Amino acid sequence: MPLMLRRPFFWVITAVVAVFAFLPALGDNVQLRESLALATIYITLASNLNLMLGYAGYINFGSIVFFGLGGYICIWLTDAHHASLILGLLAAGLGVSALAFVFGFGILRLRGPFFALSTIGIVEGVQAFVQNFEPWGGSAGIYVSPEVFAPLGGPARALWVIYFALVGTMGLSLYLSYGIKISKFGLGLLAIGQNEDAAAILGVPTPRYKAYVYSASAFLPAVAGGLYFFKSAFIQPADAFDLSLSTEALVVAMLGGQGTVTGVALGAYLYEELRGYLLVSETFSHFQLVVAGMLLLLIVLFFPSGLMGFVYSRFPRIKKVLE
Amino acid sequence: MTAVLELSHVGKRFGGLQAVHNLSFGVGEGEIVGLIGPNGAGKSTLFNLINGVYAPDGGKIAFRGEDITGEKPFLIARRGLARTHQIVQPMMDMTVVQNCMVGACFGRENLPLMRARDAAYEAVGLVGLDDRADMLALHLTIAGKKRLELARALAARPTLLLLDEVLAGLNPTEIEHMIGVIRRIRDRGVTILIIEHLMQAIMSLSDRIVVLNYGEKLAEGLPAAVAQNPQVIEAYLGDPKLAEALHGNGGGA
Repeated sequence: MPLMLRRPFFWVITAVVAVFAFLPALGDNVQLRESLALATIYITLASNLNLMLGYAGYINFGSIVFFGLGGYICIWLTDAHHASLILGLLAAGLGVSALAFVFGFGILRLRGPFFALSTIGIVEGVQAFVQNFEPWGGSAGIYVSPEVFAPLGGPARALWVIYFALVGTMGLSLYLSYGIKISKFGLGLLAIGQNEDAAAILGVPTPRYKAYVYSASAFLPAVAGGLYFFKSAFIQPADAFDLSLSTEALVVAMLGGQGTVTGVALGAYLYEELRGYLLVSETFSHFQLVVAGMLLLLIVLFFPSGLMGFVYSRFPRIKKVLE
Repeated sequence: MTAVLELSHVGKRFGGLQAVHNLSFGVGEGEIVGLIGPNGAGKSTLFNLINGVYAPDGGKIAFRGEDITGEKPFLIARRGLARTHQIVQPMMDMTVVQNCMVGACFGRENLPLMRARDAAYEAVGLVGLDDRADMLALHLTIAGKKRLELARALAARPTLLLLDEVLAGLNPTEIEHMIGVIRRIRDRGVTILIIEHLMQAIMSLSDRIVVLNYGEKLAEGLPAAVAQNPQVIEAYLGDPKLAEALHGNGGGA
């Protein structure tokens, strides 16, 4: 897309990706790497969720299902079938995307609260299935043998490889969000989000577009899930399909400003930092969901268009650089 | 004159209500056909049948010779049939131009984004919203939103345009402006089927009038002839004096 290269925001994304990649690598700073690794996951989840929430106007409580299923597929392939990590990640992304496409045509007939509820149903359904699926270890999950890290040059080096892959996944998520936003597809999605019936009457192929975007929003979270659980070398249903992470992704997207690329990424980063602070502080340890809930409440009440909405209203010109 | 739109024996029932019954008529290329009738006569339902929001229970709807009965709205839009809504349906958080770009991108010409922008600005200019092109739709007045409805439909460069009460709720100056716009649209070769309650306006705009009552066709013909039809006067106009006045004006239209 040569057109994209001429847009300033493309280079903003590229710069952010470069900072993420080089900052911990320069000083061989493992602590910073781990903190930023979590941030890349939050940004990936929130950005892809934003495709549904901010563009097409559909609230997906079940985005975590993509992450968890991606993790399972990747771990199962690399551990039990000795596939390479790349193959495992590709299979995770493509498999989960294809599944989302098929499901999408079904559940995207529902609107508003009914769609939102059905996405929770999907999380519960998939979790129940995996808990009883013996090849994936049932409710005990899968422990990965350390041998899987050998092709990546041992565990220590593997952690760096995985980190760079996570940064790449985050980068692709941001480019995807931006690419869709400035495309005809994005205009159609925006129209659906604003007024679905009117959009259809103007010629937007609504069922197809919704299934496309649902499927597109599944790919990179599945890859991120594959990387995350491969890195932990362990996966179990309760972690893989944790609804609270879905909810956090929603909070983050709304905090930053749904529908914007910058806002959602910034929201995700800030939230992750806050969460990290709360987790290590003595008084607030494991308090982050309470904070998330309160944040959501405050945002909905006072800043319905999020951080970026507030910035745009104060500095309209910034819209041209930070989309 | 070839028929752009041809309805034959179209019917639609909602539970116990026969909203449209055994309705047949055609719209020729380049014509402005007025659709009138009392409230609840089935006019808007008919629009919803034509552009695929509802599937008819029976009968056939053909657009430019092709059967479109029961087709999805977005496919019908792609064929070159655009409409406006009686209750305006703007995409509130999008600008006027963005709203129109949706029409241009996904309508008959299926334009790429950049060319859609040009088509959108052209449509915005045609309805006289140039000065508000980059304003969010939610900030428009009701008259502005009505014009936006029209611009968005026009941006698709349709063959046939269905106008559902675009004059309702406008003041006399705005009505005059809108009538001018509709005439200009017709001069560009767009065929128009229009629902309107303002008798003076529709009688002077239309080449032909179709009158609906209780979902059935009560009369069809030239505006002057329809205005004289005793059944129409009784069912719709009610007041014979009004009919006389219209007859006087309608003769020249």
